[in-house]
Amino acid sequence: MHTFLLSKIEVGSHLYVNFNETSHLHGETIIVSSIVVLLVSTFLFLGTRDLKRVPGDLQNVVEVVYELIKSIAVTQLGPSYYSQFLPFVATIFLFVLGSNWAGALIPWKLIEIPQGELAAPTNDINTTACLAILTSVTYFGAGFKIKGIGYFGRYIKPSVFLLPINIIEDFTKPLSLNFRLFGNIVADELTVSVLCSLVPILIPVPIMVLGLFASSIQALIFSTLASAYIGEVIE
Amino acid sequence: MVDSLVAAASVIASAVAVGFAGIGPGIGQGTAAGQAVEGIARQPEAEGKIRGTLLLSFAFIEALTIYGLVVALSLLFANPFVG
Repeated sequence: MHTFLLSKIEVGSHLYVNFNETSHLHGETIIVSSIVVLLVSTFLFLGTRDLKRVPGDLQNVVEVVYELIKSIAVTQLGPSYYSQFLPFVATIFLFVLGSNWAGALIPWKLIEIPQGELAAPTNDINTTACLAILTSVTYFGAGFKIKGIGYFGRYIKPSVFLLPINIIEDFTKPLSLNFRLFGNIVADELTVSVLCSLVPILIPVPIMVLGLFASSIQALIFSTLASAYIGEVIE
Repeated sequence: MVDSLVAAASVIASAVAVGFAGIGPGIGQGTAAGQAVEGIARQPEAEGKIRGTLLLSFAFIEALTIYGLVVALSLLFANPFVG
């Protein structure tokens, strides 16, 4: 088919790093997510390096973030179980927030790569799918660890004929988590790039700020839902 | 010939997908915001809590539109029916 583009916007073109004939990696996603992991780790390391009773500047920021994540975990998981799952919830939150903001705040357009372009790692559906599947694995694991074989009792509650729906729910939960994060980030970046191609100056700035806000809300939503799913299983 | 037909149908289908997906969540968000304003007017001291819950539920409602958007984007940029 003869294709033409009205504006130079492409979705789903990647920098392919080929292993062999059948498998390849998305290079730009790996590069940016490594940078995000490095930045978040450095921030946390510097913030918690020498803890003081009266916190300094960076330690204050880290404490605020910790309090936020802890409040998410406590409200969803209850005060007796939250500490087991706090590292998982915190990892999800910080990685999603870091990658969303990395896509919006760092001027990736300045760096040319042969194919595709550098953007938020959550712009790639594989990243969000991986996070969603990790959430699924975690709540299965949590259920087995805490309830043992009685975990399967969950599937025939409140009555037996809801069994198919309960099984389907196990598949729709990661699917909706996946599409929610991916769709929001792609929609945001697409809106910005369409507006940039129409009016390249000043007009897209409010939309960018809105996107920054929306992506932090998405990180909050993802971690809240992940802990809510875990909490549902272990209650 | 068939390809251009598929392309035209995909463009229309993506517009319809995102347009119809906007209707329900629009109504839902309006209702939620109205109730939140009512709640704040009745109990101004609970504003912070209401705002947090409202933003969270907005994000949930918005996800439904986003599903429509994902369908539209896959029809436009990753169409499985073209060649």
